[in-house]
Amino acid sequence: MNNTTQQLIKTMFSSAGKLTLFVLLSIILLLSIKALTAPAIEKAERENLLNTFGQVLPKALYNNDPLANTYTINDPNYLKLLGTSQPVTVYRAFKDQQPAGAIFSAIAPNGYSGNIYILIGVYPDGRISGVRVIKHKETPGLGDKVEINKTKWVLEFDGRKVRDDNDPRWAVKKDGGDFDQFTGATITPRAVVGAVKHALLVVNDLGERLYE
Amino acid sequence: MSNATTTNPADNETAVDKKPFWHDYKIIIENGLWNNNQALVALLGLCPLLAVSNNTINGLGLGLATLLVLVLSNALVSAIRNHVSDEIRIPVFIAIIATMVTVIDLLMNAYFHTLHGILGIFIPLIVTNCAILGRAEAYASKNNIDKAIVDGFFMGLGFLLVLTLLGALREVIGNGTLFDQAYLMFGEDARSWTIHFGDNYQGVLLAILPPGAFIGLGLIIAFKNWFDARKIAKQQNQLGIQVSVTSMVTK
Repeated sequence: MNNTTQQLIKTMFSSAGKLTLFVLLSIILLLSIKALTAPAIEKAERENLLNTFGQVLPKALYNNDPLANTYTINDPNYLKLLGTSQPVTVYRAFKDQQPAGAIFSAIAPNGYSGNIYILIGVYPDGRISGVRVIKHKETPGLGDKVEINKTKWVLEFDGRKVRDDNDPRWAVKKDGGDFDQFTGATITPRAVVGAVKHALLVVNDLGERLYE
Repeated sequence: MSNATTTNPADNETAVDKKPFWHDYKIIIENGLWNNNQALVALLGLCPLLAVSNNTINGLGLGLATLLVLVLSNALVSAIRNHVSDEIRIPVFIAIIATMVTVIDLLMNAYFHTLHGILGIFIPLIVTNCAILGRAEAYASKNNIDKAIVDGFFMGLGFLLVLTLLGALREVIGNGTLFDQAYLMFGEDARSWTIHFGDNYQGVLLAILPPGAFIGLGLIIAFKNWFDARKIAKQQNQLGIQVSVTSMVTK
């Protein structure tokens, strides 16, 4: 081996070594920051979830930790009505061991553009305590009026019950029901009304079992 | 990405001894905010710029994150610039930038959780913002750490200002509000900061949708070019030279 080759090999090893060193330093830094922020992230996620819960079921009505008291819906027929194939977790609220309500999420699969994710709160008698659309890709300015910070439309659900699948009130006004539609966007509210109705049918069907 | 940034003479250290020491910094500041603004002149990092600028607070949030990454990455790149050979400098720079972005992503997730949720994928995507690698390669890897930090700060500030301005423009036209959702960043007190223009304003949907971002950015760039061209034309008129404004714009 001549000198040039030796020189080249030396440079190669030193470069590779330095690159490895930098990557290792990055990994160590990232792992420590991740470990440091993990409790804060978990706390923020928890608070975020509880705040959203507070919007669909008033916090004053219960005094347990709904995140620790859950019921899982596994029945495929129910899951179909909830618009998903994954098991749905129901968060149960109790006041002094008495059922105070339940909170769970449902998906409206027939939005204008993709799934609409909805959080629903119900009282033990099957009435709605609150509904919030938590994630969607509907057209800004038209379909996004289902968001609470855009219009109050979603409050129309409060206190309502569903009788059965043929309940005529559970449709937008255009289809002969009780709910307003938006100018230029009927598909989005129709999808949300349908999804909430189906979710209530599941709640009616489960009845007492939901709180056992 | 480098041709846009390296053509600027001020990027290379051309300190003239006769000038006072702050002259270099003045040039860095002018370049960052105006002459070589990353969003308006270099046209780097447009993907997050266009996607996130649909309201003021989103723009401000992403702008601050980008600014922070730019300062940190410029400082680190400048600090190690004499220890990495040319062959491995790009991977090392990318490792540094990716690390900084991930650190900020984690911190935002922990302390600005809701805003982090809204900005979503655009925080990790700061890694691919060419403006950051552009500054690392064109400036920080050739200059002292103090200048690199000043450069990172003002390049980032220039980017932040454009992002916030475009966000404000789109929010006012598209939504009829300003500083909507400010509480996501500044806490509950900021709920009252939202300014509403007219109670029954329906909003111009186009401004919120993606085309609004392109049109808005185009207007801001056009305004800057018009302003610069007018300034040059004025100077030259004082010297008694006739120039047409159009030849300046196409420069």
